[in-house]
Amino acid sequence: MNSKLTRRRFIKGVIFSGAAATTGTGMYLAANAQSGQSAAERLVTLNINGRNRPVDVLPSETLAYTLRYKLDMTGTKIGCNRGECGACTVLIEGVPNYSCSVLTHNVKGKAVISIEGVKAADGTLHAVQQAFIAENSPQCGFCTPGQVMSAVALLNSNPRPTRSEAIAAMSGNLCRCGAYEHYLNGVMRASGQLA
Amino acid sequence: MPSHDVMPNMELYQPVQVEDALAIADRLAERGWLVGGGQDTYGWLKDRAKETDAMIDLSAIESLRGVRETADGIEIGALTTLTEVANNSVIQDKFSLLSQAAGVVASPQIRNIGTLGGNVSQDVRCWYYRRGLSCYRAGGNLCYADTPQGMNREHSLFETSRCVAASPSDTAPALVALDATMVIRSVDGERTLAAEDYFVGPANDIESTTALRTGEILTTVRIPNTWANATFYFEKVADRNVWDFSLVNVAAAFKVSGGNVEDSRIVCGAVQCTPRRVSNVENAIRGQAKNAATAESVAAMATDGARALAHNGFKIPLMQNLVKRAISA
Repeated sequence: MNSKLTRRRFIKGVIFSGAAATTGTGMYLAANAQSGQSAAERLVTLNINGRNRPVDVLPSETLAYTLRYKLDMTGTKIGCNRGECGACTVLIEGVPNYSCSVLTHNVKGKAVISIEGVKAADGTLHAVQQAFIAENSPQCGFCTPGQVMSAVALLNSNPRPTRSEAIAAMSGNLCRCGAYEHYLNGVMRASGQLA
Repeated sequence: MPSHDVMPNMELYQPVQVEDALAIADRLAERGWLVGGGQDTYGWLKDRAKETDAMIDLSAIESLRGVRETADGIEIGALTTLTEVANNSVIQDKFSLLSQAAGVVASPQIRNIGTLGGNVSQDVRCWYYRRGLSCYRAGGNLCYADTPQGMNREHSLFETSRCVAASPSDTAPALVALDATMVIRSVDGERTLAAEDYFVGPANDIESTTALRTGEILTTVRIPNTWANATFYFEKVADRNVWDFSLVNVAAAFKVSGGNVEDSRIVCGAVQCTPRRVSNVENAIRGQAKNAATAESVAAMATDGARALAHNGFKIPLMQNLVKRAISA
């Protein structure tokens, strides 16, 4: 047996041929892109929190998966992974969406804001984050990133919501600790309606 | 059942022109799965309860979005999101029944991406079917829900045939009540169907809830002015206010003249696989005063022919009361 063919070298070889196959497919798809009937190109550039991030995305990959496992942005939480809890909420073009139930390929060319992009450039917390701290809104904290995103989206479109408007806007985010009233107080405080 | 974080790998097509989408749908045929907002699709694929070789994502086709006024009504692109349908000023102004229905679907985030076409074309809700069990609808030869021990509280009262699952769409009954027309395209051209005929029960096709055939795409929903600014009533009853499917819903349109009902269309959802028009009630109240006494006298007719399963008997009085409220409101 060839002693130079170690396990490591063998694995390297497999990865290399895999990469070659991927590149080949990419070129083929790009050549056919004109027809409008070819499959999606895997290498895409995403606009996340104002930065362009090139990333290799599988066709059926969800945005939550890409954020957490490809871009290491683990602030976005995956709770149910079925669009039933809201922990993965991010803003796409300013609109709250469940990132577990959006294909990453669907946000090409769209501005995505995740929880990492909510604070100011100098690190100052967003008014919603500060208000959630002041009102002790989070209990265990798992749903908090999603709650923050929904609250930020609400206040961007409606800076002084009534409490019932806030309830409606926050209704797509579950909190299993049941801290809903605290989150609502936080939203009202962030909108300057709670001293 | 194993739970998976990711969908299996597959091809993804993202056409931006409807002609390209039709060509892809035609070429892939049974191998392709049409995706609007994907809110029903992704669960099926993540759970491995259904599989496909390729997804055809229609969400980038701009010509299938938005609301347009026409000479005799409005046209809504099938890819228009439920949030857009709920907030559109023309729909709110003339067909508030549909705005109301679209506004109570699921949760805000789901309405932000879920489409009107997807909401009316969604698959039935049945624990067993969605679990990936080999039931009648999944090509097998038994029903797990219609058994003494089966969990069938959400299931159908009417028109069951082997399968007893209900379709809980909130917008579907509203579109039937508004006498909408569904525009369906394929590479071979266009055909239109009355909303009532778009929905298909298990007796006619147990594997599909709609009349869409392979290679066809629902492109547009047309609502005629016939029922514009009629007296509307919509109510959805579910266990929770948000995120929940209807146990029963009612969408009704009345033309009222001098306090009497000239004509009406009353449709209940989630009581069978398709929206159910209660034509006998519509006929009985024609010419009658639109009030509580009339409502009371016809309510029991609404559930003529209902067959309750072991655990969904509560839907009979629930449906009667919703019809009663629609008429007396």
